[in-house]
Amino acid sequence: MELAIEAKDLRKRYPPDVQALDGVSLSVEAGTIFSVLGPNGAGKSTMTRVLCSLTTPDSGEAKVCGIDVVKHPDRVRRVIGVVGQKHGSDQNATGRENLVLHGEFHGITGAELRRRVDDVLERVGLQDAAGRLVRTYSGGMARRLDIAMGLLNSPQVLFLDEPTTGLDPEARVQMWHDIEQLAVQHQMTIWLTTHYMDEADSLASQLAIVDRGRVVAQGSPDQLKRELSGDTVLVELAETDDGRAAGAIASVTTINDASVEGRTLRARCADGGAAIPAVLAALDAQQVKVASVTVSRPSLNDVYLRHAGRAFEQAESESEAVAA
Amino acid sequence: MTALRQTRQVFLRHLRVLLRQPAWLLITIIQPIIWLLLFGALFKSVSRIPGFHGTYINFLTPGVVVMLALFSAGWSGMGAVEDIQSGVMERMLASPVRRGALNAGAVAFSGFQMMLQAVLIIVLALILGADFQGGVIGVLVMLIVGGLLAAAVASLSNAVGVLGRQRETVIGVVSFVQLPLTFLSTGMMQRSLLPNWIQTVAKFNPVNWAVEAARSAAMQRTDWGLVGERLALLAALVLVSAYLAERAFARYQRSL
Repeated sequence: MELAIEAKDLRKRYPPDVQALDGVSLSVEAGTIFSVLGPNGAGKSTMTRVLCSLTTPDSGEAKVCGIDVVKHPDRVRRVIGVVGQKHGSDQNATGRENLVLHGEFHGITGAELRRRVDDVLERVGLQDAAGRLVRTYSGGMARRLDIAMGLLNSPQVLFLDEPTTGLDPEARVQMWHDIEQLAVQHQMTIWLTTHYMDEADSLASQLAIVDRGRVVAQGSPDQLKRELSGDTVLVELAETDDGRAAGAIASVTTINDASVEGRTLRARCADGGAAIPAVLAALDAQQVKVASVTVSRPSLNDVYLRHAGRAFEQAESESEAVAA
Repeated sequence: MTALRQTRQVFLRHLRVLLRQPAWLLITIIQPIIWLLLFGALFKSVSRIPGFHGTYINFLTPGVVVMLALFSAGWSGMGAVEDIQSGVMERMLASPVRRGALNAGAVAFSGFQMMLQAVLIIVLALILGADFQGGVIGVLVMLIVGGLLAAAVASLSNAVGVLGRQRETVIGVVSFVQLPLTFLSTGMMQRSLLPNWIQTVAKFNPVNWAVEAARSAAMQRTDWGLVGERLALLAALVLVSAYLAERAFARYQRSL
């Protein structure tokens, strides 16, 4: 098994007190789509920046295609393509001009550069818009140009930092399709950060779940979901729990583990459908009013909850509160 | 070679932006003309002060050329701020581009833009009756002097831009230094008519180095000793500024 990315115990602190990376270790097999999933502020972008040689870790080691990113940043930059969270293209230049400038930065010149520019323009479907100023592009087109810039130097590893954030649903689905095509046709390693569960689930063959600067789980989406045996029973309570619901659910023997956050009760069990009557009876005995009940197969959100100790949406809103 | 190619590409990028914004291009052309006409009219009677030698247009032309270097290159850092905010900077830094080329391209553009404006000034000054005693060579030296000052100022402005990362910081710092540097020099007023303390301060003011060199080269019987010394000082300043800009870029990257 050839590794495209290896990280060992990466740590990085932003003064005064943001521990962006708190001992991150992971490895990515060459030729796969690897997704890093986590809420805003979990450390996804910092991980990406360290691996792209945009910044250095305080301690730890990272290699991309076997090259140490701290010791040889210049060699790493030659074998990677980077698509950042923000648009990296110059709004006042045309698509083609952006690509030519970026190619020159990679030391590609002359006829070879023209050939590659035409090639990537075709691959992202921007041939007809190549002569227009980027200012006039739609969000999806500008994103495709970003990807084209990332592909120009035929990278071995393509880093995509939240590539679909801010795109409308249609453009998002198109982007998923494009990313899959890249992986299949060019056997490229793709590093994809996202805070969309469904994105990681449908694209990645391997994924790492990150929370507060640490990798809390790593594996294939199916593997991670399989670790959670059985179903999830989700009970929406009529009012915020005062402890009675938590007590009631603990008395149901078929439930493996349960948690209550505000008005939401989550319980895991082997067979969700069969457990519902017992759950409702126990809640009723404690006079807890129920608004709705649903049963679901394990999702990545459940995986996240299990490893990070809080629901994904909660982590998102907590990190937003910190940011504010 | 690679570094030069990349510098040229960055230069062309800035040039395209200028050419694509007709309003900006127009301001770039009109502003120096207004300065020469306005200051020429405002300070016309300066030449009647006892102890003032020659015509005011002869005196003012090198002053305005040097002012241009300071004022137009001063805004170079705004481009750096824009690149940081738009994500272009991050994309460039993630590529193997020579770091020095990013600054050098912007600096070369500032020098070029300044010389373009200076040529307009020189043509207008000729129409207004200036006689360039230094001839073609003198005028070329004046352009080089202005270009060197513009290059130094652009580097420093870029450094402020990548360290401050906000338009407001660049605007604040640049407008804070522009006018004092201009008036603490012999750009508008003959040295013997300046207060003593300003004469002393002016010795350490790069704007004054440039003004005196440009004036001596283009408008007077050239004192090549003075011009040579000032050219050397300005060239040294360009190198120091470029070094500071490179340090600022490195610091920015570490903070990412």
